[in-house]
Amino acid sequence: MSIDPRTGPAPAPTGPLSTIDYSERIPNNVNLAEDRRLQRALEGWQPKFLDWWKTLGPALPTKDVYLRTAIAVGRDGWAHFDHVPMEEYRWGIFLAERDPDRVVNFGKHKGAPAWQEVPGEHRADLLRLIVIQGDTEPASVEQQRILGETAPSIYDLRNLFQVNVEEGRHLWAMVYLLHAYFGREGREEAEQLLKRNSGDVDAPRILGAFNEETTDWLQFFMFTYFTDRDGKYQLGTLKESAFDPLARTCEFMLKEEAHHMFVGTTGVQRTVERTAELMKEHGTADILPYGGIPLAVIQKYLNFQYSVSLDLFGSEQSTNAGNYYTSGVKGRWQETRRKDDHVLLDDTREMRLVEDGRIVTKTVPMLSALNLDLRDEYVADCANGVRRWNQALEDAGLDERLTLPHEGFNRKVGVYAGHHVSPDGEVLDEAAWQASEGEWLPTAEDRQAVAALMVPEYEYGKFAGWIAPPQTGINDQPVEFDYVHLAEEGLV
Amino acid sequence: MTLTTTEGAAVDFDAAPDRYKHWRLDLDGEIATVNLLVDEAGGLVPGYQLKMNSYDLGVDIELYDIVQRLRFEHPEVRSVVMTGGLERMFCAGANIRMLAQSSHAWKVNFCKFTNETRNGIEDATQNSGQTWIAALNGTAAGGGYELALACDQIVLVDDGSSTVSLPEVPLLGVLPGTGGLTRVVDKRHVRKDRADLFATKSEGYRGATAVEWGLIDETVPRARFDEVVRGRAQAAAANSRRPRQATGVVLTPLARTEDRDSISYSHVTARIDRDARRVDITVQAPAERPPADAAAVLALGVDYWPLAVTRQLDDLILRLRTNEHLIGTWVLRTAGDSGTVLAYDEQLAELADDWFVNEVRHYFKRTLKRLDVSSRSLIAVIEPGSCFAGLLLELALAADRQYMLAGVYEDVDPDAEPATIVVAASNDGAYPMGNGLSRLESRFWGHGDGLAAVRAELGKPLDAEAADRFGLVTVALDDIDFADELRIVLEERASLSPDALTGMEANHRFVGPETIETKIFGRLTAWQNWIFIRPNASGPDGALRRFGTGQRGDYDLNRV
Ligand SMILES: [Fe+2]
Ligand SMILES: [Fe+2]
Repeated sequence: MSIDPRTGPAPAPTGPLSTIDYSERIPNNVNLAEDRRLQRALEGWQPKFLDWWKTLGPALPTKDVYLRTAIAVGRDGWAHFDHVPMEEYRWGIFLAERDPDRVVNFGKHKGAPAWQEVPGEHRADLLRLIVIQGDTEPASVEQQRILGETAPSIYDLRNLFQVNVEEGRHLWAMVYLLHAYFGREGREEAEQLLKRNSGDVDAPRILGAFNEETTDWLQFFMFTYFTDRDGKYQLGTLKESAFDPLARTCEFMLKEEAHHMFVGTTGVQRTVERTAELMKEHGTADILPYGGIPLAVIQKYLNFQYSVSLDLFGSEQSTNAGNYYTSGVKGRWQETRRKDDHVLLDDTREMRLVEDGRIVTKTVPMLSALNLDLRDEYVADCANGVRRWNQALEDAGLDERLTLPHEGFNRKVGVYAGHHVSPDGEVLDEAAWQASEGEWLPTAEDRQAVAALMVPEYEYGKFAGWIAPPQTGINDQPVEFDYVHLAEEGLV
Repeated sequence: MTLTTTEGAAVDFDAAPDRYKHWRLDLDGEIATVNLLVDEAGGLVPGYQLKMNSYDLGVDIELYDIVQRLRFEHPEVRSVVMTGGLERMFCAGANIRMLAQSSHAWKVNFCKFTNETRNGIEDATQNSGQTWIAALNGTAAGGGYELALACDQIVLVDDGSSTVSLPEVPLLGVLPGTGGLTRVVDKRHVRKDRADLFATKSEGYRGATAVEWGLIDETVPRARFDEVVRGRAQAAAANSRRPRQATGVVLTPLARTEDRDSISYSHVTARIDRDARRVDITVQAPAERPPADAAAVLALGVDYWPLAVTRQLDDLILRLRTNEHLIGTWVLRTAGDSGTVLAYDEQLAELADDWFVNEVRHYFKRTLKRLDVSSRSLIAVIEPGSCFAGLLLELALAADRQYMLAGVYEDVDPDAEPATIVVAASNDGAYPMGNGLSRLESRFWGHGDGLAAVRAELGKPLDAEAADRFGLVTVALDDIDFADELRIVLEERASLSPDALTGMEANHRFVGPETIETKIFGRLTAWQNWIFIRPNASGPDGALRRFGTGQRGDYDLNRV
């Protein structure tokens, strides 16, 4: 990247600073107090963000919530817990520490110093990737807006809000990059991130899965397990980016995603535990009458969320993904641990697809199949949780098990789109699919039945009948801790 | 590094009469005779002999110099006779071995320059009162006939064997690329079926048919040839508006400092950033107000700022275009006082009828046209301290994009005056493009109301906000965004396909009507450049490569 000797290297403007103390309101490690460009951007953006949070953020009125706030990147700054009114949450801007020797680890710029500015050549690609990532962050908050009204416990309610404020912070993180590195176009895109809304017919979120309603808590747990996990893997590839500020931003976001994964894994786990308990107690799989969610319904929810999440990885074969890799804007999961040349020009891999009604394998150039490479990593990770849940079934002495459906099941994107594949991997015709769809994916009745169980439980330490309590509380607090103080009118 | 062709050294455009190798200039009062007698061994690049008065870029650089000097140094010359110094052969056109051995880029650039020179000859006839007459004392083949086509009148000797011809298609598998096809039908109004016969018949036509079809104006036996030519020259001279008693302005050698990455003149500097493949060009406003009157202007001569800056720009454009193929983006800046620039702008309009000022104006026009047809991305940067006003605003209007800083660089010079631009009457017609429109009209093509709005602002300084509102700049950004935006834009530009950019820019720059010039630089040149890279011309068995081997081209017979 060259710098115009006349205009200089995009100086951080140093004119008159704002009188507002942003560092107090916005914890950061990006030297906000002395950055005019960011200050101006924030002046325009922060009120809009707060408006958005008030209108499309959590609907349940609360006084305050026991939340973790990141106030610095170190271990201590990270674990800062307190009761905070949510609209006063201090959404911070943090990038992982900079490694001054960092180089590009893959693609055609391999070995060159990492980019501290956006190279013009890759501006469009980087902007697009950041906008797509940024669009998912507020989307899930919108999708989960009314879940607070049916929370199975104050403990779970707090976890929901923690996920929500952190997704809000992830939006900040992407908006920071747009403001700091993409000039006017970046500011315009940042505004659009608040103008698109989940499920809005006129201005929907970019990715399909983020326009689906989150109807109930089982779906919320499935979402945080499967769909947030997709986000984790996407962040993992951006964390390898040659564009260092993006890499460092994503590295820090990944720490928060770990908590979201935890909410999903344990949420499904506790649901399965309670289901197993009821199955044993009543000697039947049909535990709906006893206030539990049948394992078959849990499997259908899993099938649905898993398959729509696989779609988020995009087409198995993608020129864009190859271009992103070669140009250095987006790497592979754990790029530096891979034992290959990190250029991949001559590499190939196997890819499955449907041909003449059968699933066959063909060899394709590795560079064209990087979406599939990432998805494979994701699938292996998803299987870990399923094993844990099955352990709960085994511990309860039950023979039933949960499974991940076949990769071709219920797919709308990529090589399986337009085909019907059963959870076992059998290619079906339209009629066979129609006949069995209701056994594999949640029906309207299933969702209604689950929804009927979703009665709020706001008494500290108590849990709704369809879910088991957790082993421990948050931040060494007891399970019955007053994690959320509801607003007066919100109390039941 | 500097890139030429197989040739090595950079091409120099400095020519002077005492160093001409290929031309002889005879001055006889109001009539000048330009005599082509090519030095066979005097090629610009080794590897070919310039036989039969065939030419290469070196020959054309001298011709360009002659055209320029006749206009500036010789106010007394009112008609120009172009003839040849060989027996029976006026000129055989561009040298085929030279073309066959040249890189594609060299051929393209060669054709562009020769086209510009021929357009300049027409411009002299039309706007300088110097009528060019081709006195073809022998055969004019290919580029030789195209030289004649650039003249106002063509007389061919009637000796039973001399012809005019365009043998490129049948013999070489390429086009007559210096305006031949265009001028035959568009200027000389030859019927298209006859033009078709003509351009496919390698030996061409002798005088009688050529006159009948309009390919030439007259054919005369050798005995009367000189007399007829002289008669035509005298008649043309009689109609000229050039002054009777005037002193010319000698085009003294340009003072130029060069090192590896920069070229500087008194009013123009260019700094090359090779990694970014970009050159930053800054044009400096004059320090002094304009001289009092026409006499004082003439007394300044080559030091009259508008002429000085035009010569420097012209030279710079030619050098960058020919020698710096890798430098794909030209960033145009101006520096100095807008008021002073506008004072010159007004003077150029006021004294437009003065022969010397007229020459300066048309030279500036031609130089801007060179910019228009340069296959480089042109980006104008308008910052505090700049003077994009009147004639210098033309540079911004010629650019593909205009970036204007709103306000000042707070951390560099917070007390600076924010930049303004000034649209003047000169932007609305004094310097038309090849399409016959002003750059202002071109910019607002199809937007009469936008054009009218700008016309109502003539002479007023427009700040970034106003310039943006009137549609005169691409973007106006304040200093928080400006530098970074510009850096990204330039890097992004440098990452795009140079070929696609050339094609895209050439399409966007020329809106509206077609003219002979736009057809030559658009239709003719684009097809020629396509044909040049096709195997049928330049492949190992192509006609261009096989010429002179006794074998004809072996063609791929598919029509594309
Ligand atoms: Fe997130
Ligand atoms: Fe998340």
